[in-house]
This record gives sequence, C-alpha cells and structure tokens, in this order.
Amino acid sequence: MRLEPIANPSLARRLTLPALAIAATILIASLLAMIAGGNPMAVLGQILVGAFGSKFALLETLNRATPLIFTGLAIAVAFRAKLWNIGAEAQLYAGAVVVAVLGTGALQLPAPALLTIMALAAMMAGAFLLLVPALLKTRLGVDEVVTTLLFNFIFLLFVSYLLEGPLKDPMGMGWPKSARLTPEARLPRIVDGLRLHWGFALALIAAAIVWIIDAKTTLGFEMRAVGQNAEAARFAGIPVTKVILKTALLSGGLAALAGFSEVAGLKGSLTLDLSPGFGYTGIVVAMLALLHPLGVVVAALFVAAIFVGADSMSRAIGVPSYLADIMLATALLCMVLAILLTKFRVRRD
Amino acid sequence: MELFEILTSAAFWAAAIRIASPLIFATMGELICERAGVLNLGIEGIMVAGAFAGWIAVWAGLPLWGGVSVAFLVGVGLGGIHSILSVPFGLSQHVVGIGLTLLATSATFYTYRVMLPEVSTPPKIDAFQPFHIPFLSEIPFFGPALFQQTALTYLAFILVAVVSFTLYRTPLGLAVRAAGESPAAVAAQGLSVTAIRMGAVMVGSGCMAVGGAFLTMSAFDSFFFDMVNGRGWICIALVVFGAWRPGKALFGAILFAAFDALQIRLQQTGIGAVVPYQVFLMMPYILSIIALIVMSRRAEVPAALMVPFNKGER
Repeated sequence: MRLEPIANPSLARRLTLPALAIAATILIASLLAMIAGGNPMAVLGQILVGAFGSKFALLETLNRATPLIFTGLAIAVAFRAKLWNIGAEAQLYAGAVVVAVLGTGALQLPAPALLTIMALAAMMAGAFLLLVPALLKTRLGVDEVVTTLLFNFIFLLFVSYLLEGPLKDPMGMGWPKSARLTPEARLPRIVDGLRLHWGFALALIAAAIVWIIDAKTTLGFEMRAVGQNAEAARFAGIPVTKVILKTALLSGGLAALAGFSEVAGLKGSLTLDLSPGFGYTGIVVAMLALLHPLGVVVAALFVAAIFVGADSMSRAIGVPSYLADIMLATALLCMVLAILLTKFRVRRD
Repeated sequence: MELFEILTSAAFWAAAIRIASPLIFATMGELICERAGVLNLGIEGIMVAGAFAGWIAVWAGLPLWGGVSVAFLVGVGLGGIHSILSVPFGLSQHVVGIGLTLLATSATFYTYRVMLPEVSTPPKIDAFQPFHIPFLSEIPFFGPALFQQTALTYLAFILVAVVSFTLYRTPLGLAVRAAGESPAAVAAQGLSVTAIRMGAVMVGSGCMAVGGAFLTMSAFDSFFFDMVNGRGWICIALVVFGAWRPGKALFGAILFAAFDALQIRLQQTGIGAVVPYQVFLMMPYILSIIALIVMSRRAEVPAALMVPFNKGER
C-alpha cells in the first residue's frame, strides 16, 4: 500500500474519521469491561456519572484537569517545534519543590507578592530543567527524548532525597512529606466553600496566553516553522537554535506551573505521589488537542473526566480503574491514525 | 581497599552479568528495530508486558520455556501494533512509541488486576535456576562469574551472536541494514521496505519482551508494578552507546551493569553511610546520559532512522 495526499479533504472526512477513532476507543473499552465481568453500558455510564453527575464530581474533574492543562500546554508548545519533551513530570516536580521551599516560611511576604514570586521561581526551575536537555540537543546533537525521560527518574530520586532530608516535615510523623505551606502561600478557592482553586483559572489564562503567542507573535510563527522543517527555517533566516531554546524555556516553565498549582492550590504540601503521571498524560492531552493551545483545555477536561469517572466506576462496579489509562492510550493511537487518514488516501500498489 | 576487593570478586561479576542480561535482550531488540530505520519507544511498555506475560503463563501452568515463548509472542504482537502505525502509515515514531508504552503498561496492569483481584502480594513461580556448565563452570574466577548463570542469561549471549551474524553475514541482515540506511535502494532491488521494517520491529519487540520476562522468571520469581523502572529507556541509550553495533552494545550493557552492581555494593560500605541512597540509585540514569553525551559526536546513526518510506514519493 501507499499513501496519496488528498488536496482538499471534505468536511465529512475531517469529522467522520476522528469520530470513528472515539468510537473504536469506546468499543475496545467495552470489550475490556466485559472481560473484567462488567456490563459495558453500566461501566461507561458510571464513568460519565462519576465525572459529571454531581457538583462534587464536576469540581473534582475541573481540579484534575488543572495540572493536565499545564502539562498539555507544555507538551503542545514543545512538540510543535519538534522538541520532544517527555520530561514534563520532572519539570512539574521542579516547580513543586520551589513552592515547598519558598512557601513554608522561608519567604515572609503578603499573599499576592509571595504567590507571584513562587510562580515565577517555579517556572524558572522548570525552564532550567528542560534547558539542559535542549542545550545537549542543540550543542551536541544528543536526542532529547532519552535525556528528558531519564531526567524524570533522576529528579524523582532527588525529590525523594529532599523529602527524607532537608525538606522533611519535622511534624510529619516520619512520613516523607514537606511541611505545610503557610496560609499566605496557598492559592485561594475561586468560590468560598467549593473545592476549586485559582490554579484552574490560571491554567485557562495560560492557555489563552500560549494561544496568543502561538497565533499572533513572531516567536509562535518561528516555533512552527522550525517544527515543520528546521532546514528550511534556517535557510529562511530563522535562528533555529535560539527558537528551540526559547521553546524549551516556555515548555519547561508551563510544566512547572502544574507543580506550583498542585502544591499551592490543591495539596498544600509536597509528597512523592504529588503527580500520578501528569507529565506523561500531558502527552496524550496535547496529541488529542492536535497541539492546539485552546484544544488542550478541552482535551484536558476530557482526559480528567475519564480518570475521575473511572475511579468512581471502579469503586462502584469493581472493574479496575486502569481502564481509563487504556482508553486514553487507545484514543491517542486511533486519533493520530484518524488525523493522518483525513489528509491521505490509502492506495493499493 | 574495598573497591579493589569488590572489583576482583567473581560474585561481583556474576551479579553484573545477571543485571546485564535483561538489558542485553532489550538492547538487541531495539538495535534490530533501529537498524531497520524505526525508533521503538514502545520498549518500556513492551518490557512490562513481557515481564507479566511470561510470569503469568508459568503461574497458569506452562513450563518455563513456554512462558518465555508467550512473552516473545506478546512482544511480537505489540511490535505489530507499532509497526503498522509507524511503517506503512508512517506516523511519528515518537508519538506511536510513547502511545504504545502507555497502552502496553496500562493493559498489563489492567490484566493483572482482573486476573488477580484479591491478592496483596503477587504469587511466586519456580523461576529459572543457575545452570552450571560442565567443566567451564569450574574455571577459577571466570567459572563462577560467567558459567554459573541461568539458561536465559546464556540465551542473551547467544542472541548477540545470532543478531551480529545475521546483520553482517546474511542477505537478510544486509536487507535490514539497507532498509535503515537507504530504503530507496532496497525498493529498487524489488524488496519491500515495509515488510522488512515491520518484520524487524516485530522480532525486535519480541526480544524486548523476553528481556522483561528475564526480570520475573530469572532475576526474581514474581511480578511487581514498577519492576522495569526505566530499563527500557536505558536500553535506548545503550544502543546509541554501542554505535548501533551488537558487540559494542553488549560491551556497553555489561559495563553499565557493572556500575549498577557496584553502586549496590558501595551502598553497604563506608561511603553508603555518608551519601544518601538516592544518589546511588541515580547513577544508572546519570551514566546513561553521560554515555549519550560521550558518544554523540562519534555515533554513526542509521541514515534513514525515523524517516518514513512511502514508495513512489521523491
């Protein structure tokens, strides 16, 4: 077989194929639910109810979407420029560590100033963490996929050391966790009494800013040009290396904001299980959003809904909640194939 | 001098060879894929799936070699998914690989929970036991270090020889290497680049899965969730370190495993009392990055690695 480009894909084609990808995902999830002894309709229904069925469920979904918007944006920005940042997990923890250091009494400032400084410092830490692999890529040609992946393992061990050593909560009964943040270092709730913090609003603002950078600025144009064809971009006079490094700073900073928002907003202290893989899930979010910054918000809500819904389904019906992870991986693979097939036709030789 | 004592003990080198074994399988698997022009980032997930599949098959009653075969076939199947998406459809190998790792890992954990819903500690199997090779195992130093390993370790070394011979001494190997260097030339010979690449990815993925199975069937006798723990990513670094050559990659894997065995032993010495244990655990990952940096200038990357081939396209 070979692939033949389609000059002007019809609207029907562009809508049907992604819908088929979603349908395939739901079909596979149903089959797996049946294997585990669950009624597929009940399982899928319970996932929906668990994600959206009550005010509490909905807020839980928005809370879960918050870090995913940040990591999704981080990945989308990087992948657009073909900078394969698989290290958002480590960058998230870099941001979280900064918050745990500055927010537990080291810096005595009124809340607005302290939160601003913590957010900026967290972004710098995350940006620095990605700058190293980016420099290794641009200077020495070391593949950033492997270096960013390995950084995840190294940095998590570093966090583990901090939580058992310098950052350990003296009142923590021996648990490896940091001290609690001071009240000034906490992101307040958007509405009193409802468990949704300003991190969610910040995530939406970040998505809007990234969209503006992407659509309206020279940097956005340059990042896309480098991603499409680095050689051609170089030929057109775009400083490719500089653009890659700027992309790395932006991407690492965005991922670190996920850590900032989780510690300062949701948890109030740093533990080693702060992120159940938000950095990796951000890849799925970004791909489902076709790397579009505003699409990331929608995709993050979708992904968060599946996770929150599957947790609730697992408690109610007993089908393992790993079903959510399978659904997302399947959706990712089916979606990239569907998007390809909107642009190409398969021909037999 | 403690370091000298450690490095000259046969037990230390026996441990290094044991630690190297799963890496050798998976590194050979990745090397086969990359030599044909496909970067397989599914490696981490395939190792997880292989570790589970081999172990659960033996737990369900299959003989040990039956378990190894099941692991290999699971790897071939997962490689099939990767290769369909990455070769004829030419999708981004980064995205397909990461997606496959997520899929294989979560599918493994799901199957585990479905098959063993009530257990808190996973059941154990009768794993491969060390097999003393007659005569050779009695050679001082080398005997205990090399020839008192399990059958799977010997298989790992045989695999290196087979991969090396096939790649450099057979028409099939020539075709695989050419698919990774200049696919257009392969197509001009009337051979199918698609078939060669898909075959290489499937066989390579099978080897990765056996590498995973080594962990549950030889190194340990049970399955744990975070068992593979980045070994797949380390193997990708080892392929680069080995400059895409089986012999050099084998050397890299043993060198790497020796450092790993060393850090475990150093934790129990005076140094281990001062330095936090996390620093020792970081060493394998840091070493991999250093290996990548050192080799970055010299490595001869297959020219068509990560370049999809669409016949008739210029």
